[in-house]
Amino acid sequence: MKKLAIPLFAVLAATCIAASVYLVFFVTPLEYSFNEAGKFNGSSLFFNQKIFYFHVGHAFWLFGAVFVSGASSIAYLKTRNPRWDDIASASTDVAVAFGAVVLLTGSIWAKAAWDVWWQWEPRLTMSLLLWLVLVGYVLVRRFAGPSADRIAAGMAIFGMVGVPFIYKMVGQDSHPAAGKNGVVATLGPGMRGAFWLSVAAFLCWYLALVLSRLDSTRAERQLRELREHGLDLGVLQ
Amino acid sequence: MSMLRHAARVAWKDLRIELRSREIVYTMVFFGALLVVIYSFAFPRDARAVRGSIPGMLWVAIAFTGTIGLGRAFDRERENDTMRALLLAPVPRLAVFLGKALATAALVLAVAAVCTPLLALFLSVPLFAHPVPLIVIVILGAIGIAVIGSVFAATLLKVRSRDVLLPVILYPLLVPLFVAGTSCTAALVAEIPNFDAAWYWIQFLGIYDAAFLVLSIWVFESLVIE
Repeated sequence: MKKLAIPLFAVLAATCIAASVYLVFFVTPLEYSFNEAGKFNGSSLFFNQKIFYFHVGHAFWLFGAVFVSGASSIAYLKTRNPRWDDIASASTDVAVAFGAVVLLTGSIWAKAAWDVWWQWEPRLTMSLLLWLVLVGYVLVRRFAGPSADRIAAGMAIFGMVGVPFIYKMVGQDSHPAAGKNGVVATLGPGMRGAFWLSVAAFLCWYLALVLSRLDSTRAERQLRELREHGLDLGVLQ
Repeated sequence: MSMLRHAARVAWKDLRIELRSREIVYTMVFFGALLVVIYSFAFPRDARAVRGSIPGMLWVAIAFTGTIGLGRAFDRERENDTMRALLLAPVPRLAVFLGKALATAALVLAVAAVCTPLLALFLSVPLFAHPVPLIVIVILGAIGIAVIGSVFAATLLKVRSRDVLLPVILYPLLVPLFVAGTSCTAALVAEIPNFDAAWYWIQFLGIYDAAFLVLSIWVFESLVIE
């Protein structure tokens, strides 16, 4: 079962991504944005809006991954069971990759929609700072030596708590809205299917990546423990 | 109550070492003064531009001297391996943490107390036009840096590349603090001071400090084990 999980999710991800690429480019309607009064808004995105399916799909699981690593870091500090630490580490590694995709696609979209590559508004700033914490986490893991696991766990928890402060800190919001009346909830019927398919595709992709990363972090840890054990016994030098 | 007494004792121990050697304060103050001199060459010096950039200068100085001071304050425990003794002491670890954070906050404040007047003097900005909110925000900033910094500086004690990793860990976490500090200072030194904004940022930083103090108290014990 465990051995099957990675190829299963990988295959699922591949098919779903292929299907959603097809749906996005050949089936979904072009986007015409309307302003609040329901009139056609001159600054519509048309074809550029297609990046939405990939940007938001990654953003969902970026925050999912951050939550997973924060929660498993708490569990690790509470129980001291290194399995939790492996999960946190693997999830953060994948979150860094997803964060990079979110920032890149977001930046391309911002150029099309607002004609700037970057804007300091809440969600962009939040994603960037969150991503910086994640990169710091990876650096700590790599360079902090034997106590890296604890420091990294602390960082993940502190980073998670910091998110609402970052959100509150930056002023006005020109990002497409999220939540009950947001873009996702009010998607047109032609777009909804393709959107949720792409979200599911990237969930499978995330799971496949995390599971395979989990295997290698666990193997690394076991190797490290084995070496320490050997050193203690005097077998290794 | 005894917890606070123990914390005060740990803090007083640190401060007494510092008062005798004056190593951290002298070097940090000198470093801060050098920063001010570099600023006055690096940035345009006309009155308008300085008004715009002075909050950044102040808080960059606080950030830099803060991390250097933190690193040094905990290095001292490492050099003589006294951190273990401190953790073994028959007081709650919470008291050790609070004491360390208190002493660090005092050091950061001492440096800020020198750097801020120097900035006002060299760049001729009316930084002290409204001293009370400025002092409050600097105190809150120093507390935030000291609290979050003490947690990570303590965990980094045994790590070889701790000098590089401390800012790598701290700065992303401290961004809200720096934004609150600079925004509040900017609101105060503006030509027409905006007290509502300043008060908003003081509240923001107060809540931020409180949240991270509680979080640090929770996790310190599980993060710092020898």
